[in-house]
Amino acid sequence: MRDSVGIGVAVGAAGLAFGTTAVTAGLSPVQAVFTSLFVFTGASQFALVGVVAGGGSLVAGVLGALLLGARNTLYGLRLADVLGWHGARRTVAAHGVIDETTAVTLAQPDRASARLAFTTSYTVLGTFWVVTTLVGAAATDRVHDIDALGLDVVGPAVFLGLLWPRLREGGPRAWLVSGLGAGAALAATPFLPPGVPVLLAACAACVALIGPAQSGSPIPADTESGDVGPGDGEEARR
Amino acid sequence: MMLWIALVATAAGCYLLKYAGLAAPRSVLDNPWVQRFAVAVPLALLAALVAVEALGDGQSLVWDGARMAGLGAAVCALVLRAPFLVVIVAAAATTAGLRALGLG
Repeated sequence: MRDSVGIGVAVGAAGLAFGTTAVTAGLSPVQAVFTSLFVFTGASQFALVGVVAGGGSLVAGVLGALLLGARNTLYGLRLADVLGWHGARRTVAAHGVIDETTAVTLAQPDRASARLAFTTSYTVLGTFWVVTTLVGAAATDRVHDIDALGLDVVGPAVFLGLLWPRLREGGPRAWLVSGLGAGAALAATPFLPPGVPVLLAACAACVALIGPAQSGSPIPADTESGDVGPGDGEEARR
Repeated sequence: MMLWIALVATAAGCYLLKYAGLAAPRSVLDNPWVQRFAVAVPLALLAALVAVEALGDGQSLVWDGARMAGLGAAVCALVLRAPFLVVIVAAAATTAGLRALGLG
């Protein structure tokens, strides 16, 4: 419970950033809150909104968001055994399958505490995420000069914050994959509509499929304050 | 309207991806290729997003000194293991401060 509140506060910071970025990109506060409520996986939300801000192809934006959201499928696979829910409960619980809830739930010793941890973290994080999105969006809606407040750097800084723990954990191959991803996207930017270069970068990930297995785990083992928002917990942080 | 469609499509797609994990047979998780891809794709995508959002402006690349300095401040905060909120505020404050001074 205490962990959930701690992570909730960190998630709230990311929610403020999302509300700000979304309205800066041209979403209405209602659209920003709708996104946090129903998409409910931070990295995907920021990715979609980034494409909207660049005036890019919405199809590319949606595809990028879904690619980033695909890791939640892996979390669901792990949680299915631990939670053992079926029917309506599983239908509701699926919405809450993100980095942070997975980390908190998998850290529990038995099914009863896992279910409690999942329900608590899902409820607390979800509330913080949506409320802070509203606050960030409403506040930014009243700001007229985005650049003067340095809000244009919030987007890249958020992605950097999400990338950082993965680089720290992942070793040289993580740096290689990231470098290729960034390089491919920048090289393609002048030639393709906004949003598409980022999708092209996903091809750089294929490098990770060559060579010996790497040690990094896709499942977040632990989270603490400093993590960011739904779907963006630091992975396997020790 | 197009934006609403994109938002609803993303919401539906992201939900189905989550649900697929809870409902799929567990053997899928044992496939090492699935594991590796799940680690690598977010890495490449996030790095690309940092680069494009920092340096891209539509279809052109621009070097905005104040923005890049803000990103540098974010790196410093991350190296010092600062909380997420501090990272973001440090970045925005640096960029805003340099612009207020007429630099960058």
